Order: sequence, then structure tokens, then C-alpha cells
Amino acid sequence: MQFDPFTIPFDIGLYFILIYAVVRCVRWFMDLSRPDKLRLQRGFFGRAFGQSIREIFMESLIHRKILKSNPRLGYMHMSLAFGWFLLILFGTIEADIFGESHLNAPYKAIFFKFFNPEHGSTGFEAFFAFLMDLILAFILSGLFLAVLKRFSSKVVGMKKTTRLKPLDKIALTSLWLIFPSRLLAESFTSGTYGTGSFLTGSLGSWLASFLPAEQLAYPFWWLYSLALGVFFILLPLTRYMHIPTELFLIFARNSGIRTGDQTGSYSEIQTYSCSSCGICIDACQLNFSAGITNIQSAYLLKGIRNNDNVNDIAQNCLLCGRCDKKCPVGIELTPIRMIRRRIGETEKEKTTVLKRYLPDRKNIVPVKSNDKQVYNFLPAVESEKTDILFFAGCMTHLNPAIKNSMIKILNASGVKYKFLDEKGGVCCGRPLMLSGQDKEARELINYNSKLIWKSGAHTLVTSCPICYKVFKESYYLDVEVLHHTQFIKMLIEDGSLKLNFLRKRVVYHSPCELGRGSGVYDEPKDVLKHVARLEKTDFEDDNSLCCGGSLANMKLSFRQKSKIAHDAAAELTKGNPDILATACPLCKKTFSSATETHVADISEIVAEAISLVQIKRNSGKKYFSIKESADIL
Amino acid sequence: MHSMDKSIIVIGAGTAGMEAAGQLAKEGFNVTLVEKEQDTGGHVKSWFHLFPDRRDSKEVLAYLNTQICRENITLLTGTTVNNLEKKHDSFVMNTSDGNELKADAVVVTTGFDLFRSERKEEYGYGIYDNVITSADLETMFRKGEVKRANGEIPEKIGIVHCVGSRDEKSGNLYCSKLCCVTAVKQAIELKEMIPAAKIFCFYMDIRMGGALYEEMYREAQENYEINFIRGKVSEISEDINNKLIAKVEDTLVGRPLKIGLDMMVLMAGMEMSETGRKIALSSGLKTGDNRFFSPADHHFGSNKSNLSGVFYAGTCTAPMNITDTISHARAVVSDVIDYLKGKSN
Repeated sequence: MQFDPFTIPFDIGLYFILIYAVVRCVRWFMDLSRPDKLRLQRGFFGRAFGQSIREIFMESLIHRKILKSNPRLGYMHMSLAFGWFLLILFGTIEADIFGESHLNAPYKAIFFKFFNPEHGSTGFEAFFAFLMDLILAFILSGLFLAVLKRFSSKVVGMKKTTRLKPLDKIALTSLWLIFPSRLLAESFTSGTYGTGSFLTGSLGSWLASFLPAEQLAYPFWWLYSLALGVFFILLPLTRYMHIPTELFLIFARNSGIRTGDQTGSYSEIQTYSCSSCGICIDACQLNFSAGITNIQSAYLLKGIRNNDNVNDIAQNCLLCGRCDKKCPVGIELTPIRMIRRRIGETEKEKTTVLKRYLPDRKNIVPVKSNDKQVYNFLPAVESEKTDILFFAGCMTHLNPAIKNSMIKILNASGVKYKFLDEKGGVCCGRPLMLSGQDKEARELINYNSKLIWKSGAHTLVTSCPICYKVFKESYYLDVEVLHHTQFIKMLIEDGSLKLNFLRKRVVYHSPCELGRGSGVYDEPKDVLKHVARLEKTDFEDDNSLCCGGSLANMKLSFRQKSKIAHDAAAELTKGNPDILATACPLCKKTFSSATETHVADISEIVAEAISLVQIKRNSGKKYFSIKESADIL
Repeated sequence: MHSMDKSIIVIGAGTAGMEAAGQLAKEGFNVTLVEKEQDTGGHVKSWFHLFPDRRDSKEVLAYLNTQICRENITLLTGTTVNNLEKKHDSFVMNTSDGNELKADAVVVTTGFDLFRSERKEEYGYGIYDNVITSADLETMFRKGEVKRANGEIPEKIGIVHCVGSRDEKSGNLYCSKLCCVTAVKQAIELKEMIPAAKIFCFYMDIRMGGALYEEMYREAQENYEINFIRGKVSEISEDINNKLIAKVEDTLVGRPLKIGLDMMVLMAGMEMSETGRKIALSSGLKTGDNRFFSPADHHFGSNKSNLSGVFYAGTCTAPMNITDTISHARAVVSDVIDYLKGKSN
């Protein structure tokens, strides 16, 4: 049997990492909640399996999403991952066909050239040698980019790259050494025997012309094996843990498992699936507008992995969700950040190396109990019966033009409605939730829920996306919750609202809570198209910017927020539109002081477009006129 | 130096510009006074009585108009500055009517603009009819009647201090200096005009730094029963009967308040004027974080700019009352003379 002691480091590393990966996966699986376990089992033996395999191929190997958003960075990731995969695949096939026997031990495929130095002379062998050289060249080109990226991230089209911890650096160095040492080892061997294809062959014969190739080959085979062994053994302590974890994540996600709002096995898997590619850093407005470069999701996840106190990082975020949508691994970054906000301050844990290989299970962190205020000062619940409820929300009350426009629209369309917080209401609870105070928020949610139940309404219309999101997700209501843009669209479509076309050029800013947060992208734009000329910006839908006024961030100074607002407004108004339209009172307020362009809520534009005939038709009625029910029928 | 051969451009015929032009002309310089509006007088011409002695503003206007009735003053009204450039030792200015003016020195007296209160939408200016600004109230005083939009006499009137001043959200960190005393003056005048009215002033701090201001403030409380509530108004809304509802926290009692009012007056602060901003952009004159022109030195050079030969007077450098503006306008004359002397030697 072919064997040489230099393969031992590689063997140890390989078997270690295989056993380790199995142990971790079993632990993760055990820690999943019972429903999630069932989901995963069903997913693994069902349709999700094929989907997962396809996704692993497209995302973990080809890196399609990164390629789409940043071709150079994508090529770098692809050449390393896909290239290495091909090298192993074809190496194994080569060893199987030409090696000592079929079904060889892995080391024989990896170090094939060492054991078969004269391979590559005949036609078919030469084709394989050529193929292997080609793959190696492919990987080396990616590695070249990776090394350049370390020194200047602009090379791969990125503005910022992630910072590393010491073990990461050792692992990175061993990773970098793997392929050059393979290149040199194979070249020296090829040079000695006069074999090898265009890469190792030519390099080998050139090196052999002035170096003692035969003596030099052996140390490089050792170096190659050592680099592989060290990389495998350090892998669990570094960000490269993402390679095995991501496979598990893809299966779990395709089986329908989601983060939800509690820490657990799934959020831990996601934490370890982050490759620190840094795409979230480039997407973050705190980075490119406010110059804050240490709080982005990659750093949050790194901090969680290292058991750091990440509370400050978790709090310093607009929760705009831009990184969420851009993450090539599909990690649910915003929910994970929300979980950390609920956990609050934590102690920095001292860990031994052993503990770092098998970290404590993080799914049992208790949420701090609420021993703060009692909300007994809230007014008594009183509600009148109605079919449609309008809830303006606190921010809309601070923008009375929106409130008045909505009243005008509702009255003009003649629907029967009741203004729930006409004289001021109780907060929807979302601001408390965003700061991690869920129990306190629940008090307000219960109060408003009772109010809504008692009214007997079927539809709840709100002008504020912040309220909209919380009504939709965290209230247990049986009513249909609509943002006013959705409601206005319905009114236009069923003919209750007749609008004129305004000769104005409008751009639309999609608010985070409405767009990325709740998936309402189209209705606001449809309404705008109906009344004005809607023009495109560079930041549509998923890619829309945050206005900077987010309630979610209490750490930013006013100056930093204002900088974000100015930058975002400048981008949106590049084409000199007549109106910068938005669908959120907070965005409106923030942008109003950040641009010279007229900023208006969609409801204001619609109210302006209501035809005079319609106003006359309903003008005889009182302020909150209720259309006779017979009229509707 | 013969002042007869030297010519000076003064930009803006408000209090500072008219006083500076008059004093420079008295020294024998040829002065061109440029004003964007059809009339001279600036903001003063839309005001009623002035603090602290309640003098009629028309008297001040009359004084300023006599100041500029001189042979060596050319007055160009309805004219704006397109471009101001320094060429060697003299200045070339292009005006909106296509003229090119040359001068040896320039005095910028572009003054201030009132804060556009619509920008604080939570106060509902431009949305609710009975929310007005201090400037609107002066106009009403001039007409001799203070009425709600529906013609009724207001009985409960609120006054909000610091609208667009000392307000990070409006981007104005500075104090506009005049609003507190204007509020007190207007409260007293309102009370005199409508003796039955209840008047509430909502303030953050009362700043009565000028001569006789504090006395007026005391008088307002003792003789006019004006209520001063320490707290910033957070929002104003309107109920079905068109009554305004102000939400405010009384920070001395530590309690939130909701107060119904017939009329609300917003004490709009002062901001760098739009004309001043354009001139700063086209000529390279430096402005500060507060966006007003920044003087070369806050102690010895408050009339000097970063360009030698260009001087400032009045509220284009910082909020000032009329007394200070007139002093500042007189002070600019000595700087101009020093500069021109130095040049001819």
C-alpha cells in the first residue's frame, strides 16, 4: 500500500473535522424545538432535500447571489469554493481510475501526484493532468484576489472588509498556503519526472532547470499536508466554521424553520453560518453615511460567537433591514439583532479552547423580567361601533397635514369610519419593542386590542408603517389591517375615489417598516402612478434607503442621523423631482428638514388630486360624516 | 485719501444697510445702496411697536429714511445681486437688471429671514387657520384688530417661544435673542387690546438680556396677569369646533398638560437670509455652523469678513435687535475708512 508519513497531518485534520461536524450537527438538531425537529425531518426526507442540494450548489459553491451583486467578489468566493470542490471531485475520480486501487483513502486523491509521479504521459492521463492544472489555476486566481482583498478591499469592488482575530489570521494563512504549496509540490515532482501539464509541468521544468527539484519536492508535500491539517483543526474556532454550518442552515431553512423571536438552535446556526464576507458592511448606511464601522451584522455575529457583550452593537442599528435583504447566506439578521436587544447586557465569558470547540448552548438565555412600571394610568377602554377604524398614530399627529389629508380622503370617498385616536391615543407599542422591552409593549398592545375588538370593526387603516407592522405581526386581531396606501388603492379601484391627474414629477421613498419590514412595495407606487408621474430612483424596493429617523436607534447623535437623512434625500432627489413622496410620517418629518425638495406623504398628494365634483358631492355632510348604509348597498 | 473718489456698495436696505449707507455718505463716500424689494426698510416696515419702550416702528423707519436722503447715495431698489467678484483692488458686482457696478469696498447688510414655521409641522402653521406667527400678529396689530379666522375675538391665546431657535431638529442650535422679549411685548399688547383674554407663554428659558427687558417681563406677570409655563409644546391639533389643543409638559410641576386655545402665536426665530446665502456661495464669504456670515474676529473684527474689503453689518452675522444693529452699522464705517486709508497709502 502506498503511504508516507507526510500525509499524517492531513489525515488527522480531515478525520477531526468530519467527526466534529457530525457532533455539532447532532447537538444543533437536539437543541431544536420539537416542531422544528419535525420540520427538519420532514424536510430532509421530502421535497426540501432537492431544493437544498440545489441551493448548496448555487450558493455555497457557485455563490450566485454574491456574483449577481458584486461579480469580482463573487468570482473570488466561487473560485475558492467551487474550485476546491472540483479539485476534490476530479482528484478522487483521477485516483480511482489511475491509482493503486479503486476506492482509495482520501489522502491518496489529495496527494495523487506524489504517489503517481509519472502519471500524465499518455493521452487520457494527459487530459486529466490538464484538467487538474486548469482547476488549480482557477483556484489560484481567486486566491490572488483574496490576498489582494486583505490589503485593499477595493480590488474586489468593496469599500470595507471585515477585521480579523488572531486565530482567524492563522487559519487564513494556512488557507492561503494550501494551494501555493500544492502548486510548488506538484511542480517540483513534475519537474523531476518530466510530467505535469501546462501549469505544474512548465513551472516544474523551469524550476528544475536551476533548483534541485527532487530534494525540494518532499518538504513542499509536507507543507501542503500541514497547511491542510492546521486549517481543518482550527476551522471550528474561526469564521470558516461557516463552511459546514451553512450546509445545515440551508437544510433547516428549506424545511421551513425560522428565527422567530427567541434565541435557539436555529439562530445559533445562523450565527455560525456567517462567512464575514462583508456585504452587510457595504450595505449599511451607518457605514457609508455616518462613518460607523464596528456595528454591522458581521461584527454582531462575530461578537456573539466570541461571547462578547454585544449589547452596544445590537442597539446601534437603524433596523432598516438593508443588510438582511443583501446577505448572500440569507441569515435573518434583523430578528437576531432583536433577540440580542431583548437579552440586553451580558457578561463577557472567559472561555477555554475546549469550550470554544463545544460552546455552551445559547438557546436558554432568559429574557429579563419586567419589574418596571405599571400601566394603570391608561384611560378606560371606550369604543364606538364601526366598520372601518382609522388609527393615525402618534407620528401622524405630529404631521397634521397627513391626518387632515386622510380625513379629506375618507370623507370624500364616503366610507363609514371612525377615527380611533382622534383625540390622541395610546402608542402602538412598536417603539418599546424596538428597544427590546416586549413585556411593556404587551401592555399597550393589550389596551389597543381591547379598543379595536370593542369597536367591532372589520378593517383597521393606519397612516403609520410603524403601527402597521406591529398591528399586523404582534396584535392578535381578527380585523384586516391596512396601511392607508393599500386602503386608498382599494378606494380608487372600487370607484369610491375620483382623482385628477396632477402634472407633477414624483419619486417614491419606500419606508423601511412598510417595504422591507412588511413587504408592501407596490400599492404605494400604484397609487402614485394614478395621480402623478412617478419616476424611478436608484434605490427602489428592497434596495431603498433608510431616512435616518428610525426609532430603533437610540445611540446615534442627532448630527449622525441628520447626515444619513441628508445623504439619503440627496440620492433620492438627484433627478430634481417636484415631490419626494413617502408613506411614513416619520420619514416625512426626517426628510423635510434634510432637503429643499417638497416632501409629502402619499395621502397629501391624493388629497390634492381629489376632484372638486367629489368634494361637492359630500360637502354637505359634517366633519366625520357617516354615509348612510343604504348608500353603500 | 479723498473719500470723494471712493465708492462703496451696500447690499440690503434694511436697518443696518440704511444706517451704514447714511453714515458712509456723511463721510463723503459715494454709496450705492442695493435693495431686492421695491421699498427700503426691511423687516421693520412690517412691524407695529418696538420693545422695550413700545415706540412706533414708523418713527424708526422715518429716521432711517432721512439717513439715506443724501446726494452721494444712489438707491437701487428692486435689484438683486447676481455675482460679486474681487478684481485686484476693486469689486465688480453684477445686478439682476444687467448692470455692472464697481466699488472700492462692499458692506453686506443682507439681514435675516424669519424661520419658516411650516417646517415645524407638529405646530400646524399653514394647516390650522388659528396658528399664526409673531410676524402675522404684528400685521394684525397694524390693522388694529386681532381676530380668529372666523372673525371671532380670541379669548385664550398661547404663545410658543423658540420656534426654530435652540432646536436641534430644525438645525438651529443658536438663540435668536429677540423672541422672548417679542413674546412678552406681544402678550402685553394682546392683553391691552383684548382685556378679557387669557394669555399663556410656553417657554424653555426666558432670556431677558437687553436693557429694560427684565422689567417688562416682571410687568407682564404683575400688571397683565400673563401666564408663563415652562415647557416646550410638543404638538398642536384642532378639535371639531376649530379649537386648538396644545400638548405641553409643565416642567416646573412635572406634569403633562393639554390646553385648549383659540389662537396660537409662534415666535419664529431668525435664520441667515436666502440672499445672504447666495452671496456667500458666489463670492466665497465664509459662513459659520449657524449659517450666518462668520466675522473675521468675534471681539475686534465683528464687521470684517474673510475677504479684505468686504464688511458686514447687522443681523447677517448673528441675531441682533435694532439698537445693536444700528451700533454695528455705525461701527462698520470706521473699519471701511481704515481699509481704504491703508489701500491708498
